[in-house]
Amino acid sequence: MTWTPPRTCARPASTKRCAHHASVAAALLAGAAILAGAAGAAADPLPVTEVAPGVYVHQGAHEGPTRENLGGYANIGFVVGRDAVAVIDSGGSAAQGRSLREAIRRVTSLPIAYVIITHGHPDHMLGTAAFEAERPKVLGHARLPAAVSARGPFFLDFLKGVLGEGFAGTKLVAPSETVAESLTLDLGERPLRLTAHPTAHTDNDLTVLDEATGTLWAGDLVFMERLPIVDGSLKGWLKVLETLRRVEAVRVVPGHGPPSAPWPAALDAQQRYLESLLSETRAIIAEGGKIEDAVEQVGRTASQDWLLFEDNHPRNIVTVFTELEWE
Amino acid sequence: MQPGHRSTASARRFAASAAFALALAAAPALAAGEEDDPWPDLRETLFGERPIAGGAGVVSLEAPYRAYDAAIVPVTIGAEIPQTAERYIKTLTLIVDKNPAPVAAIFNLTPEMGTATISTRIRVNEYTNVRVIAETSDGALHMAEKFVKAAGGCSAPALKDMAAAEARIGKMKLKQSRPGGAEQPQEVQLLVSHPNYTGFQMNQLTRHYIPAHFVQDIKVSYGGQTLMTVEGAISLSEDPSIHFSFLPKADSKEMSVEVRDTEGEVFTGSWPLSVAGES
Repeated sequence: MTWTPPRTCARPASTKRCAHHASVAAALLAGAAILAGAAGAAADPLPVTEVAPGVYVHQGAHEGPTRENLGGYANIGFVVGRDAVAVIDSGGSAAQGRSLREAIRRVTSLPIAYVIITHGHPDHMLGTAAFEAERPKVLGHARLPAAVSARGPFFLDFLKGVLGEGFAGTKLVAPSETVAESLTLDLGERPLRLTAHPTAHTDNDLTVLDEATGTLWAGDLVFMERLPIVDGSLKGWLKVLETLRRVEAVRVVPGHGPPSAPWPAALDAQQRYLESLLSETRAIIAEGGKIEDAVEQVGRTASQDWLLFEDNHPRNIVTVFTELEWE
Repeated sequence: MQPGHRSTASARRFAASAAFALALAAAPALAAGEEDDPWPDLRETLFGERPIAGGAGVVSLEAPYRAYDAAIVPVTIGAEIPQTAERYIKTLTLIVDKNPAPVAAIFNLTPEMGTATISTRIRVNEYTNVRVIAETSDGALHMAEKFVKAAGGCSAPALKDMAAAEARIGKMKLKQSRPGGAEQPQEVQLLVSHPNYTGFQMNQLTRHYIPAHFVQDIKVSYGGQTLMTVEGAISLSEDPSIHFSFLPKADSKEMSVEVRDTEGEVFTGSWPLSVAGES
């Protein structure tokens, strides 16, 4: 169930690196020890909004991981059925996961049967360990395990530096079941339809449709307010948006942005940004421009429309440029 | 450069990298790393006691102060002297001081390039000086350097589907930017599809480190002679990209490239060029 930290360095030439990894491993062990003591402590419930009957969302702030936000800044939440509860994205750390669990317990005492992970970014999936005592099924995209095992150790290493003691209990939890195409869960007269998508925001994006209320949990396939991050394929993402637009829902819970928004209008701003990346980067490449030229020129008209634009836009350009220059 | 970034709070800076899921700066490791300067040892190993002058008037280096993506940091080595038979830049050694393998590439150049200006993309594993040492045909050494803030560029797992990367290995593109007149250096970009595995990246499925496997030698020929050779290493980014120039010859309308990687695979390609006088 648990990923191990990276083995000691396979390249003896780099002693500094080996020492570094060894210290990470030691720190993880220490973190596990602290967890044993901390597990009993009650967490403050995470503020949540009921956006539709039985659908609760905690709105992430538009920032990065901090001690104050417990490493969590994504929209996360849960759906309550007749017999059980499904968590959709567990948060940015075990501490945030514990707060989410506390929020659930203020609403219902039904068992938490599922933890669904929309993709393998740290703000969405590092809270899963907080639910282990409930023995939920942990569900994710078929490519989630590979992505998490490759990058997870980096996330933990980084998050530990940010959270200090608040990191306690955070670890990587493998999905107990993965979804290659689609899967329907039932929370008791409450079907949730899980759909695995081709490479888009990442290579492991999964959406969840709560059919009872027409609520689509889009994960980071939909960004609002905060600049979308391309970590998979721009062309893939635009293609997935075409499919997604046809989903019959009345509202969406975006991965970042308001707790819910009308569907599919919620897609429009993101689609404009992604389309501008595509057409403007292609134009620079056609002119023989370089990455630096694209960083200076592409997508600038959108800079006022999005938060954290300067933090994330240049890297989007690098990702998109290196994808499109092979066309 | 990116004014404003320097002043942002560190938590906010890190936010970006965490959200990207890459390039995660390990703050404690960086702090320790800043104490030792690898350059004196590197200098002695690579250049011995030879004097190294400043770059002014000979060579310059452009790189973003804060990398957009640590695994793909665009750099431009600017030549400030033309390539002429009398005096030219013979060798450019591109070094990333604190990378596990600091020498990113050695470019062996000829007067037929017209200019020794080269752009490429490198990996940067931690905050470091990046430097280029130009050796001119008279044997003098000149150096230009830039400090680059980035982390994780060598050890970060490749984003793309590994199977797809393996399938595309060795595919090449040669792009001519703007065909122009004779006597003027013409810029082209060579793109080589190759994962350029560093040996520090983990296989997503097996969770073992992927053995180093990278582009080792590139030979570019034009007009019946070698225009440029490149000795590559793991600090060059995945899918190595090199912008370089050539002086068009009216009777030579093809450029050919031979690439050899560390597993002995050889990839070759030839491309027609637009040269002056063509309609």
